[in-house]
Amino acid sequence: MRPPCHDVVVIGGGVVGITLARELSRYHLDVVVLERDAEVGFGVSKANSGIIHSGIHADPETVKGALEWPGNEGWLRLRDDLGFGFAQVGELLVALTTDELPTIEYLHAQGDRKGIPGLERWDAARVRRHQPNLSRDVIAALWAPTAGVINPYEAVLLIADNAVANGVQVATEQPVVAIDPPDRGDPDGPLTLHTPTRTLATRYVVNAAGLQADEVARMAGVATFTIAGRKGEEYLLDKRLAGLVTSVIFPCPTPTSKGTLVTPTFDGTIMVGPTAEATDDKDDTATTPEGAQAVFAAAKRLVPVISQRDVIAEFAGVRAVADTDDFVLGVTRRRGFINAAGIQSPGLTAAPAIAAHLIEVLRDEGLELRERADWQPRAEHPVRFSVLSTREQVELAASEPGFAHLVCRCELVTEAEVVDAIDRGARTLDGVKFRTRAGMGRCQGGFCTWRCLELLAERRGIPITEVTKRGGASWIVRDRDDVHAAPARGR
Amino acid sequence: MSHRPDHPTSSDRPPAATDEGLSTHVYLCTGCPLGCRLEVDAVDDDVVEVRGFSCRRGERYGRQEHLDPRRPLSTTIWIDGAAIRRAPVRTAEPIPRDQVSAIVAALRGLRIAAPVRRGEVVVTDVLGTGIDVIVTRDLPMVG
Amino acid sequence: MPITAQPHHLADGYDVVIVGAGPAGMAAALGARDRGAERILLVDRDVEPGGILLQCIHSGFGLHAFDEEITGPEYAQRYLEQVLEHDIDVLTDAYVMDVSSERRIKLMSPAVGVTGLDARSVVLAMGARERTRGAIHIPGDRPSGVMTAGLAQRMVNIDGYLPGRRAAILGSGDIGLIMARRLALEGVEVVGVFELLPHPSGLTRNVVQCLDDLDIPLHLSTTVVGIHGRDRLERITLAPVDDEREPLLDRAWDVDVDTLLLSIGLIPDAELARDLGVLFDPVTGGPVVSGTMETSHPGVFAAGNVVHVNDLADWVSREARLAGEWAGALATGARRPEEDVRLIPGDNVAYVVPHTISRDGTHTVSFRVRRPIQGPTLLRVGEVHQRKVRAVVPAEMVTLKLAPRMFEDWDGAVLRIDAVPAEAVGG
Repeated sequence: MRPPCHDVVVIGGGVVGITLARELSRYHLDVVVLERDAEVGFGVSKANSGIIHSGIHADPETVKGALEWPGNEGWLRLRDDLGFGFAQVGELLVALTTDELPTIEYLHAQGDRKGIPGLERWDAARVRRHQPNLSRDVIAALWAPTAGVINPYEAVLLIADNAVANGVQVATEQPVVAIDPPDRGDPDGPLTLHTPTRTLATRYVVNAAGLQADEVARMAGVATFTIAGRKGEEYLLDKRLAGLVTSVIFPCPTPTSKGTLVTPTFDGTIMVGPTAEATDDKDDTATTPEGAQAVFAAAKRLVPVISQRDVIAEFAGVRAVADTDDFVLGVTRRRGFINAAGIQSPGLTAAPAIAAHLIEVLRDEGLELRERADWQPRAEHPVRFSVLSTREQVELAASEPGFAHLVCRCELVTEAEVVDAIDRGARTLDGVKFRTRAGMGRCQGGFCTWRCLELLAERRGIPITEVTKRGGASWIVRDRDDVHAAPARGR
Repeated sequence: MSHRPDHPTSSDRPPAATDEGLSTHVYLCTGCPLGCRLEVDAVDDDVVEVRGFSCRRGERYGRQEHLDPRRPLSTTIWIDGAAIRRAPVRTAEPIPRDQVSAIVAALRGLRIAAPVRRGEVVVTDVLGTGIDVIVTRDLPMVG
Repeated sequence: MPITAQPHHLADGYDVVIVGAGPAGMAAALGARDRGAERILLVDRDVEPGGILLQCIHSGFGLHAFDEEITGPEYAQRYLEQVLEHDIDVLTDAYVMDVSSERRIKLMSPAVGVTGLDARSVVLAMGARERTRGAIHIPGDRPSGVMTAGLAQRMVNIDGYLPGRRAAILGSGDIGLIMARRLALEGVEVVGVFELLPHPSGLTRNVVQCLDDLDIPLHLSTTVVGIHGRDRLERITLAPVDDEREPLLDRAWDVDVDTLLLSIGLIPDAELARDLGVLFDPVTGGPVVSGTMETSHPGVFAAGNVVHVNDLADWVSREARLAGEWAGALATGARRPEEDVRLIPGDNVAYVVPHTISRDGTHTVSFRVRRPIQGPTLLRVGEVHQRKVRAVVPAEMVTLKLAPRMFEDWDGAVLRIDAVPAEAVGG
């Protein structure tokens, strides 16, 4: 029996796939997102700098350069609809030597050409007034007020929640393992996708599979590019250092990277990184002593008081870099199979523009886009108890006892928020953590981990031993009897 | 490459055999921060000499540790009907050191029901030691 | 019975509010009652009073407080019984969000919602939290299976699960040593305890009874330099360290484990005090306190691990009882003593608590040494007092008693505390 035919299947629930799915949800379409991980946004969408770039960086002759500035503007619209945190803190690209002055001039001119508003060349004195903790070696800087910071994970989740509320299906733990071409007798017929547990027929496929996008393209018989991993390590510093810098601080860029940045994250901590190391292993998200050394050496050049002693957390993400060194966007020889691949930096920034571009590609390919009258642009927001006024907290706690029950004390997260996160689709401890911030604070989950485990088990109706940190084999605890039954090793 | 611990351990090291069945055993005194390394010379169960102590308590400890080492033992057992799944228990008195593992194993399958009170005996004369196992916390019935 | 009294005075305010109902908070409540405070509220964030004692099922408690060696749950329950006998209000499952400079307390609890109440005196008794992987930044993957020893202790002793099948323990603090034994007895293979320092961080007794008895190796001057595993922990890399505690990576080796417990120290959980802006001691990480255990904010006291990490719960209770007494005394109109002597750490002393005292009072001074001295040691309190002890180690807190008579011929303002080898001073 032939499975029902979907209109569009998006492979990959990262920021690119999710943002596109939400755009598609404006229309009368049957849209499915297939995500290989336990939750959406668990790849590099969770592990990046969280910067919405000013628009000056990428060459406008490239695809990534052309979509950088429209992407920035797209994030403002998404924020207006969905209300996630996005602060336009601006960026300062600093020169430490006279050799670097031409780079500043070049990027200034490139920014002007791209129509980026507000660019200014600052002298050392002005830089110092604005950012007193920067190195005394800074001799000049380019100020770009349009740069911003978001909490990328919060944004991805809200976009995903909104897409789901508008009828998109999101299926997790669904890695695509094979793609069948249309039946011989029907060359314009549907493509068939296989995951280990599902088979789906669809008229269009968008390949937003990130690091696996080359493999997915090969499954579709259009192996026109390869994806390499480029790892970036990031280090978060103690909250005590909040305010050390108030704009994103860039060094002058190198050919492969924008360099090590000092970023005031949306949540108020200081983050330093990333590195840019080629890696053969696309799942390699390990931090390394060499990476830390490189990051701190570079960060100290910008802000001398930064010290590795202040690290409270660290992570790494792997950028998906195509062999063309540009985004791979658009149609392929396989009818109905469309790429959104090689989305390296400034991919997060460009994501809304990528989605808008792909809508046009799909329209050109014959997808009928009939707007829905009942499309709901706004997402219902999860409550962040910690940021409410006391009066609001009192009222909320009176109306719903779950809001009077603390789960995570470092970040002041209530039981009602954790339950809501689970009901919205958090399936793992990391999912709860990134949605609610429970476990992100100074005790790193020492206090709240157990309660979060219990709530996940309760709400999902599974034993605690089946709750994982982030899916796969990342189990947290074993049953006693299970361990006792295991044959003893050694001794 | 072998990675042996570089810390002087005290229990069950192969004794250094000398003449006429005399052997020397090493124990780390736990009486105070000094942590004296006690050497006990013994012929079978007869302690001939204790060396290395800094006080009388240390000497007594060396003798006791050689002849009849005892340990307080705590573990948990299953409990039904209480707010938590495991009830903490301990032996009412220190037990012979070489019985620790056996007693923990014996208690593994034990299951009691709430309510229980602190001090309540859950096993009498555990493994013939003459020592009882008691609960260390009140656990009322819930639900 | 581990019941909790319903607070009936919330709206009217209290003489003394105590934040945290562990070994510090419960003793403070009793102290406040002793000194005549009538309305006393003990608040705890957990469902039952007792704090971390409830998961410390091992013995080693009570030798000083009850003259008897008992376990953590027993110690907690004995204190709780006294608390309830003394008609002290207890509010559990309640979290104190803020203490204002006027000592107005904002708290949240399913029983009362988010609410405020006034206190004449406040005792901060929140204890300590564990240092985490982030604090020592071990490079590598971030799989599940890396957790603090205290979290594992809770999982095993209260909830009845095991953290894995084959475990390593980083840090030889007492919690780490005790968990090594606990896991080994429960059938988990414990491959070893690894300690950065050249000496164990926990008590000798725990080294002997938790490791030696069970043949668990203790590797000194060794640390974890890598964590490997995509989903679940699969392997760790260990390396010896040199005298500067720098890892010797050319001598590193790998061990397959699915669990790594961190027992790398405790930090006072003093955020409420920090938010209040009181003075802090950078060494202890806790607030600066007077001889009455009052912080630099009048009417706000602190005691136990929130001030400095103690080695025994008994010491915590003793110190907190004093804090409670003064909190109660102040709330009922007594005047605080004039304090004119400052105590500062000297040779081989990391910190001293309290930070100031009155020369007219009797005080117990607590401190920790930086380095072990394996032999006769002179403990010196400036020119006013000295005492010889057999040895000192950082794992064990040292206490000294000071009495008014010691100050009769001394009119200085600062006393330096030293702990030095006795022969070095010609004694």
